[in-house]
Amino acid sequence: MSEKKEALFSKKNKKLLSDPLNLNNPVTIQVLGICSALAVTVQMDNAIVMSVAVLFVMVMGNLIVSLLRNLIPSKIKIIVQLVIVAALVIIVDQVLKAYVYDVSKSLSVFVGLIITNCIIMGRLEAYALGNKPWGSILDGVGNGLGYGLILVVVAFFKELFGSGKLLGFEIFGNSIEQTGLYSIGYEDNGLMLLPPSSLILVAIYIWIQKKRTPSLIDENAN
Amino acid sequence: MSINKEGNGYTMIFAIIMVTVVGGLLAFVSSTLKPTQMENVKNEKMQNILQAIGIEETATVSRDEAGAIFNDYITKRIILDYDGNVISELSNEVPIKAAARKRIDETDAFNVDVRKYYNDLTGLMKKYPEGGAEYEAALKEEVITYPLFVCEKDGKEFYITYFSGKGLWDDIWGYISLQEDGRTINGSVFDHKGETPGLGSKITETPFNDDFLGKVITTDEGEYRPIKVLKPGLKRNEYQVQGLSGATFTHVGVEEMMDRSLAVYSKYLKGITASNTLPVINEMSDSTMISDSSYQMVIDTNAVLALK
Repeated sequence: MSEKKEALFSKKNKKLLSDPLNLNNPVTIQVLGICSALAVTVQMDNAIVMSVAVLFVMVMGNLIVSLLRNLIPSKIKIIVQLVIVAALVIIVDQVLKAYVYDVSKSLSVFVGLIITNCIIMGRLEAYALGNKPWGSILDGVGNGLGYGLILVVVAFFKELFGSGKLLGFEIFGNSIEQTGLYSIGYEDNGLMLLPPSSLILVAIYIWIQKKRTPSLIDENAN
Repeated sequence: MSINKEGNGYTMIFAIIMVTVVGGLLAFVSSTLKPTQMENVKNEKMQNILQAIGIEETATVSRDEAGAIFNDYITKRIILDYDGNVISELSNEVPIKAAARKRIDETDAFNVDVRKYYNDLTGLMKKYPEGGAEYEAALKEEVITYPLFVCEKDGKEFYITYFSGKGLWDDIWGYISLQEDGRTINGSVFDHKGETPGLGSKITETPFNDDFLGKVITTDEGEYRPIKVLKPGLKRNEYQVQGLSGATFTHVGVEEMMDRSLAVYSKYLKGITASNTLPVINEMSDSTMISDSSYQMVIDTNAVLALK
């Protein structure tokens, strides 16, 4: 790395932010963190809180590991990373329980399972352990947003077609009182509330994404 | 300065410092947030109890309001034993304390942990054949108590029961309020830990709960009779409620926990309501139309379930 001070948002740093959103999205391209993407996307608000929680854990984890990168003994580096991530996740879980109790109830175990989210450990190992703090923060923000983007997009379609609502507001009318669209015979799609529909939606997302960016298509696949 | 970072000594020291720092931090966070979390849990329970009364004023109460108005409605908190005898009774002048498990006031019905008692009970069931003499004896010995909340509104009393059981995946629990006659359901609140979203999880929603309104837990003669949850779309009488499609095992759990607990509550309620509600019972009998044969059938399915 050069001695000259790098600009805060140099081209390289901007790439750290933007790559995970599209070209190197952790969910759709690296296919990591799928499990929680399947489970917490039934409602938009859950997906948003989950994204924020992952974003926080990822940024803080990246920052701490990056600051300690020259101190962490290589023999126990995975253990150290796990302890840092686990501690952050427990803090997030406790804060959610205290201040957004309802959301924390509906997210239930999935907050705790952020520990096992492959994206976080992957970024700590692949990036933060070998790079400076500022770059690591950006990398964390980028990957956190990339993960959140997929979650929110999937949750949008699942909540809209699964229960006719968005963020709890009735978009298609009230299914019990048979108003709005329901009065002409429309019915919610129960499949949309179950995890398999997330796989279908993620697959469609990947299809559209690869169609729009031909460079993503693996030439050797055929 | 040269430290051998590959050495075992360095690794050990690093690990010890890390564990101490992280442990201290987590302990600090946990103890700082504990009161807020306990308050949330307490308020949610109050909210559930108030919503279960099913009167207009409390049907849509929010979690924060619940804590403030709980004692205006709930006048008595009673703990019952297995035979329906009162173990302890507190009036609303005694404040409810939310505290850690070790320091809870055991005489307060609000603190009765029905989920723990349910686990005790399942332990007994595994040990002894259910329904046998040994089981009955062990059941009386084991301290399993039943909390009951009494609400007063416009001179009328409501009795709110609280129970817990097992659904398809995990714990389920619920509150049912009974009218002054001690047999007619006036409202219900069910909740669950991890039933299937979109299927069993719908026991928390209005359509399922609304069907409990007006159902009765005793026969006209005052004998206890369990509420059955039927498959959706079937014709129902006053002790059958409409279930949800695709949630059979959740129904079984709901039936089981209601049967087990309401049987106890009805012992107590029968005693205290016998004198003052005779006219109400007569009124009810006009609207109850149920043939003896169908009642017989329900008892049979019960026996089959118990055998299983």
